[in-house]
Amino acid sequence: MSSLTLPRPSPARRAAFSKILLNEARLTWRMPVGLIGAIAIPMVLLIIFGELPAMQIRSPEFGGLTGFDVYVPILAVFGVALIALWGLPGPLVSYREQGILRRLSTTPVPRSWLLGAQVAIQLCLALTAFLLVIVVSITAFGAPVPKNPGGLALSFLLSAAGLFPLGLLIAATARTTTGASVIGRLTFFPLMFFTGLWLPQAIMPPVLHTISDYTPLGAAVQAIQASMLQGFPPVRPLLVLVAYPLVFGYLARRLFRWE
Amino acid sequence: MGVPGTTAAGGAGVLSVPRPVTARTRPARQPAVEISHLRKTYGAVVAVDDVSFAVAEGEIFGVLGPNGAGKTTTVECAIGLRSPDSGTARLLGLDPQTDGDEVHEIVGVQLQTSALPGKLRVGEILDMYRSFYREPADVGELVEVLGLAGKRGDCYKSLSGGQKQRLSVALALIGRPQIAVLDEMTTGLDPGARRDAWELIEGVRDRGVTILLVTHFMEEAERLCDRVALIDHGRVAALGTPAGLAAQAQGGKSVRFQPSAPFDDRLLTGLPEVTRVEHAGQHVVVTGTGELVNVVVLSLAAAGVTAQDVQLDSSNLEDAFVRLTGRHLDKEGASA
Repeated sequence: MSSLTLPRPSPARRAAFSKILLNEARLTWRMPVGLIGAIAIPMVLLIIFGELPAMQIRSPEFGGLTGFDVYVPILAVFGVALIALWGLPGPLVSYREQGILRRLSTTPVPRSWLLGAQVAIQLCLALTAFLLVIVVSITAFGAPVPKNPGGLALSFLLSAAGLFPLGLLIAATARTTTGASVIGRLTFFPLMFFTGLWLPQAIMPPVLHTISDYTPLGAAVQAIQASMLQGFPPVRPLLVLVAYPLVFGYLARRLFRWE
Repeated sequence: MGVPGTTAAGGAGVLSVPRPVTARTRPARQPAVEISHLRKTYGAVVAVDDVSFAVAEGEIFGVLGPNGAGKTTTVECAIGLRSPDSGTARLLGLDPQTDGDEVHEIVGVQLQTSALPGKLRVGEILDMYRSFYREPADVGELVEVLGLAGKRGDCYKSLSGGQKQRLSVALALIGRPQIAVLDEMTTGLDPGARRDAWELIEGVRDRGVTILLVTHFMEEAERLCDRVALIDHGRVAALGTPAGLAAQAQGGKSVRFQPSAPFDDRLLTGLPEVTRVEHAGQHVVVTGTGELVNVVVLSLAAAGVTAQDVQLDSSNLEDAFVRLTGRHLDKEGASA
């Protein structure tokens, strides 16, 4: 029997991916909790920081930048991180919990397509959250137009590439939706700390600053800040960002359970 | 490539099987489902010990047994959801372990434990699943047949248990499968909905689909199945038609009655026709052979006892199961 050539999936099957994508988009739209958090929280913080007079003063501690300048990249990665670590694992774990992935594996369509559709949608949301912070900072609060848009785009892509595999790793290891949410939170807040959300990188003690340099979000903020204010981002944060997906991606692939 | 140009969107009957493809994948006549010496363990637990059976095309075949007997694991191995430790499963000659893509194309599955996203609408779910198959059924016709026509705009989570079950069956049939595997499809349905589901399954079979039905309801198996495999402790305890199994296991009949006065059991146990006398509340059940009713009633009458409310119990599948395994299948069966 094995020598028989079986008919391959028809080209029409490709339409199946767009159908899955469409339904996943509908679900995201109908349960917009993650969407609101990832877009609204950084936006509210941006408006507060934009209105605070103290944030508009150039400070030698920040290398002649204003507090607002320093916070724009931090808030830009805030949404990306929240989506990658919270928004992405949640649905995937619940699909496994409810047997939706299992149901899909009895159809001719690979169940990995559902995962792919989720990644695609969350990536769009992350990009929206990211761009919104930057565009509003420019249009509403007079922040400078990014010096190197190409570098900014690259910084975003590498940040997402670094964080999404971490989200998939959470989805791979969490057994329940609640578990995924707890792990997501426990990962998100320390990583956000190293962006300088509470204590800007420039005034961190040297040890913390060094740690921050090698965390995905710390590196992401450095790359974004450089692209916005100076030019093409330096090599180190980019290399750090490239390294993470290799590690997390490998682990997520190894550990992911479909049932 | 290799796909017939007939993207029949409901051109043929909704559930019929217009697949010339099988002629190519299936050189000779063979069973629709063939399970040989299947074994599957989870750690120290033997879920399936040694199960073999074959299902002919167009048959409604029941896999019957109590909870935990290994029915679901057997079926999961058959459709390629799990890989057996040893033994083989073939679906129209295809190995689900190596020909997964093609198997999933020709086998529609309704799983016992799988939900759908609560906030998707019925129509959206059907539309998506339809896109998974080469020659899908027409959604309009399918929802009509399954009584979901008015529900296409409703969210999955707003459906009743019966409607969810019917949607699940719809998804199993949407690819116009040649084999439909239905796992406990009527569990949780009220009797009316259950009878509707039975009619539906018969309708599907009449259109040429082979049905592998997993159930622990005796009545369901007796009513629907051409043949059943009784599974117990991961093994096939018996295999045959429901009536055949019942007759084979019974080897006799039983009379149930209410005596007008107490009597000595020896009055009946001494008779050559009687093999057993049991008391069930005010009733007495006498098991035996031959002209059992006459012999019992006459003997009692001779002792001045009248047998009231006399019932002759004919054997059924439940009796067969109890005889073969010493256990009852389910609570409903146990009261019979």
